[in-house]
Amino acid sequence: MKTIWTIAKRELSIYFSSPVAYVFIVIFLLLAGFFTFDVGSFFERGVADLSPSFFIWHPWLYLFLVPAVGMRLWSEELRSGTIELLFTMPVTPWQAILGKYLASWIFLLIALLLTFPLIITVSYLGHPDLGRIFCGYLGSLMLAGAFLSIALLTSSLTRNQVVSFILAVVICLFLILCGWPPVTNSVTNWAPAWVVDSLASLGVMTHFESLQRGVVDSRDLLFFVSMIAFCLFANSVVLRAHRA
Amino acid sequence: MINVEHLTKMFGAKCAVDDVTFSVSKGEVLGFLGPNGAGKSTSMRMITGYLPPTSGTITVAGFNVADQPLEARRRIGYLPENAPIYSDMTVLGFLSFCAEVRGLYGAAKKEAIDRVVQLCFLERVLHQSVDTLSKGFRHRTCLAQALVHDPDVLILDEPTDGLDPNQKFEVRTLLRRMGSEKAIIFSTHILEEVEAACTRAIIIDQGKIVANGTPDELKARSPFAGTVMLTVGNVTTERLLSQVQALPGAEKCLVIAEKDSHVTLRIVPRGNLLPDLFEAGTRNAWKIEHLDVEEGRLDDVFRSITLPDTKTAA
Repeated sequence: MKTIWTIAKRELSIYFSSPVAYVFIVIFLLLAGFFTFDVGSFFERGVADLSPSFFIWHPWLYLFLVPAVGMRLWSEELRSGTIELLFTMPVTPWQAILGKYLASWIFLLIALLLTFPLIITVSYLGHPDLGRIFCGYLGSLMLAGAFLSIALLTSSLTRNQVVSFILAVVICLFLILCGWPPVTNSVTNWAPAWVVDSLASLGVMTHFESLQRGVVDSRDLLFFVSMIAFCLFANSVVLRAHRA
Repeated sequence: MINVEHLTKMFGAKCAVDDVTFSVSKGEVLGFLGPNGAGKSTSMRMITGYLPPTSGTITVAGFNVADQPLEARRRIGYLPENAPIYSDMTVLGFLSFCAEVRGLYGAAKKEAIDRVVQLCFLERVLHQSVDTLSKGFRHRTCLAQALVHDPDVLILDEPTDGLDPNQKFEVRTLLRRMGSEKAIIFSTHILEEVEAACTRAIIIDQGKIVANGTPDELKARSPFAGTVMLTVGNVTTERLLSQVQALPGAEKCLVIAEKDSHVTLRIVPRGNLLPDLFEAGTRNAWKIEHLDVEEGRLDDVFRSITLPDTKTAA
């Protein structure tokens, strides 16, 4: 446990000792604000609610920003050879994976929590359902966590950060789109029904949206948790393969 | 402390390390020699548990590296090839991270860091970002990392690579000083380093151990070990050659140099050559300018072992 925290602390301190953290947070907040107020017509709606105007953009923001946060986690270690240093210290692969993952997730949580002025704004303007807002944040955090686990996995596949970024974006885009009718329809024509169903069930949007409605359904949480667990497990397999 | 038995590593069909067996006990400094690609780094990576061996067993301080990797690693300090370090931290931050991963916190951590900073001469750059360090400092920072938990076993892959002559000297002195209470393996291309710091040396070529002994034992395997170099002035080559060849102690005679009536010979002895030589010298009134019994040079041994084809040519 202490080792996980030591590794997480190092990763977190690297975000904040380089421009990465500040660039990321500023761009995330600017884009979130732009989409909420200018594209999402927050004021024009006249409803004290964050889901339709604020959270709805998060999958698209995370699509690019989360892979950018996660792309260096393993690629950098592979490129500079520090992975040899890390794995000849008394550290198990799981401790390293969890340490890196938690650090980045905490970083994303910090960025997300910095959108708090929006909560103040809606509370000032009306009487929002705070439980629903909490659910919205929970869903957003879980989505970020799922995308992050994918970025961590693709990062362990290559020493090139650009390749790692692009792979993660493509996979995340697939997960956003694969429940969407135009995509499922294109498959229905030639694939058996179970393929279509299992593809559609991989989509993150239905689970994300159901959390946005203010319902904490254990199935939605389980979906995100199992996706994260799967990616982290795949990550440990890839790491073992690197050394064999 | 370190026991390596029948260690083999295959990369696909290529055999990088082939049935290597050796052991290092406490108080020994083992020099690992060999041409590039001989399997030195691969062997070290397996001992530290980074690469799993294809077959064979390794125990470090009584712990099997395959079964109890964490226990073994706790007792190993490792300097990987090219000394990789996290470039986005300060030297202090990096050492602090390494100390914490090794289970050192608070006062123990501070003490450990102070000790290695002094040992590796890092005071000047302690708060500098690793990015901006010169190669020598980067190398020493990585070496400090290997020493921070005061391990019983040190595995150092080319510890003096990229250092200037003064720093090389310091590292060798450090190795020799620590050697008395630890088991140390280090690899190098620099043969004088072996003589300066090792108690024993292994030469490895194409994955196999081709020589294992003290530096003196290895030097004795030189084709020139024990030969006598003799330079005599005011003499003709033919005369000197015939006088030397007449001696019962001289097996073979080679003319190395002739210059302004100074002749240099290399004499391969048979039995006790020197008394014969002195006696002949007095009898023939040689003007001996230089006389030297060669100890053999590790370079020659290394070349003759790892390049068997050139043995006759040299």
